[in-house]
Amino acid sequence: MRIHDFRETYVHDEALWPTRVQRAWLVALLVALAAFPLVGGGYLVGLMCVLGIHVIAAAGLNIMTGGAGLISLGHAAFMGVGCYTAAWLAQRGVPFVVTLPAAGLMAAALGVVVGLPSLRIKGLYLAVATLAMQFLMVYIFREWESVTGGVRGVNVPPASLFGLSLNTDARMAWLIGACAVVMLIGARNLFRTRVGRAFTAIRDKDISAEVLGIHLLHYKLMAFAIGAFYAGVAGALLGYFYRAMTPEYFTLQLSIFYLAAIIVGGLGSTLGTILGAVFMTLVPELLRGGVAFAAQWTPRATEILSPIQQVVFGLLIIGFLVFEPHGLVEVWRRIRRFFHLWPFRS
Amino acid sequence: MNPGFDWLALAEFSAIGLLSGGLLALVALGFVLIYKGTGVINFAMGEFMMLGAYFLYTAHVMWGLPLWMALPATLAAVALCAALVERAILRPLSGQPVISVLMATIGLASALHGGVDAVWGGRNYEMPQLLPRKPLFIGDVMIPGQVLWSFVLAAVVIAAFTLFFRRSRTGVAMRAAASDPVTAYVLGIDVRAMQRLTWIYAGLVGAVAGMVVASMTSLSPALGGAALGVLAVIILGGLDSIAGAIVAGLIVGLLESLTAGYLGGKVRDIVPYVVVLVILLVRPYGLFGTRQIERL
Repeated sequence: MRIHDFRETYVHDEALWPTRVQRAWLVALLVALAAFPLVGGGYLVGLMCVLGIHVIAAAGLNIMTGGAGLISLGHAAFMGVGCYTAAWLAQRGVPFVVTLPAAGLMAAALGVVVGLPSLRIKGLYLAVATLAMQFLMVYIFREWESVTGGVRGVNVPPASLFGLSLNTDARMAWLIGACAVVMLIGARNLFRTRVGRAFTAIRDKDISAEVLGIHLLHYKLMAFAIGAFYAGVAGALLGYFYRAMTPEYFTLQLSIFYLAAIIVGGLGSTLGTILGAVFMTLVPELLRGGVAFAAQWTPRATEILSPIQQVVFGLLIIGFLVFEPHGLVEVWRRIRRFFHLWPFRS
Repeated sequence: MNPGFDWLALAEFSAIGLLSGGLLALVALGFVLIYKGTGVINFAMGEFMMLGAYFLYTAHVMWGLPLWMALPATLAAVALCAALVERAILRPLSGQPVISVLMATIGLASALHGGVDAVWGGRNYEMPQLLPRKPLFIGDVMIPGQVLWSFVLAAVVIAAFTLFFRRSRTGVAMRAAASDPVTAYVLGIDVRAMQRLTWIYAGLVGAVAGMVVASMTSLSPALGGAALGVLAVIILGGLDSIAGAIVAGLIVGLLESLTAGYLGGKVRDIVPYVVVLVILLVRPYGLFGTRQIERL
């Protein structure tokens, strides 16, 4: 219970961020994020771009899996579709403001197709179906050379917005940050609408939801479309950020990474999406730093960096599932609760 | 009919495909055991295959133990690993939603894969030949000896398991614990022990399959990814049917061999996934699986 938090009007009760303190923190955070590309070094700004992209993609998966309960092992394939759509359009001179939504819509279209089996199957079966789709799409990315450039990859011309070429990491960081904020607010608001509540009902028990008058076909496909749209936008931003992309990026590994991110962060929670994506992106980077440090004494350390990252990745997933199934967002809640009445009561 | 059509090649592709399907069915048996016993698809099956092969290599080649000592030691080690996994990961997660258990096995796969990579390194090892290489000729059709003997081995293991589940007390108890844990518990069956046993047996099946596959090709961490293609077999056969796993193993083996022969290796790699998608759209519970009826 928060002190001095009286909700006296409906508008106040429905507010996304009800208290003034929350809003102040939020503004401070946004300002810090906006200033970061100016002061951060090249590596950190690049990392911020990647983080923003991961957050957007993970938000999409969290709507689909955490929100509507539809397990997808094919999120990377949606990203790939977004990336290649944006690249194909951008190479033909289509401006950035068009390619970004087009990438999202293309991925959403694939999402609807992939979502069709979800009407008959769910749970493990759906996971296997999306897994199969993931492998098929990577095969298509590799073989459809006229569009995707095959294994050699595709080049993406730099984005430009309002006549300003977004050719530096700092400018991309602002763009990606703005996109991430908009899409996260969208995700947060989605669960306060009729659609979001329908998703929750489907997640909890889809037959009951149908009995309650929720059109399963409509809403399951919508969940797939929205999740894939987020992934498509993230994929397009990824293409504009790296300026070149190969099919090897969009493999099952990446799909599992996003599932791990939302599980570690907290299923069905927007804050969890952010925490999970940031955590899962930073841990390998920290490991890389640690290994570089250890390599001063044992040169073999760099050799086993990637296996160690794999082991830690796996153990993190298992550890969170066994010991903290609600994810980092629950840890965060506990910390906050502790400080609500601190130091008068702990 | 096309006069230049090479019937001999077709016969060879078909025979090799059907026989290599035996190995697929063996790996599928590992999946089916765990699904039947605990309701989980074990995404770490390929990693158990890897463990079996690497342990055997270490004991047999690196330490120089004779095969009759190395083989039981390897199987015991894999059984221990499987029991540990069941105790440390699966039991705390029993009763959790599907996605949690699914992700736990994926995490396990990643951890085991990385662990093997860290200990043994990413390079290729040459496994000793476990099966005779001498090819068999039926008329003009040549069948490589390894493929033939791997089929025989798979058939023996699968037959042994089928007998075990039909005839032995433990086998019947395991089936009871799988089909209705609460009733089985009331009747005095140690359900937890049965679930542990399920994982151990599945681990052993995987290890045997891993050794055979590694000795037919070569030993590297890439072996772990091979098991995902077997998902096609269990989906086609029905997740909870051993008979389905056998029939589907033969079908998928045949399909893979024919596409590899006529369309090339790249297409072959996606055949299992095309099969999965088609089956899930047309007949989600597979050829022999139990049709699940949901009630509120």
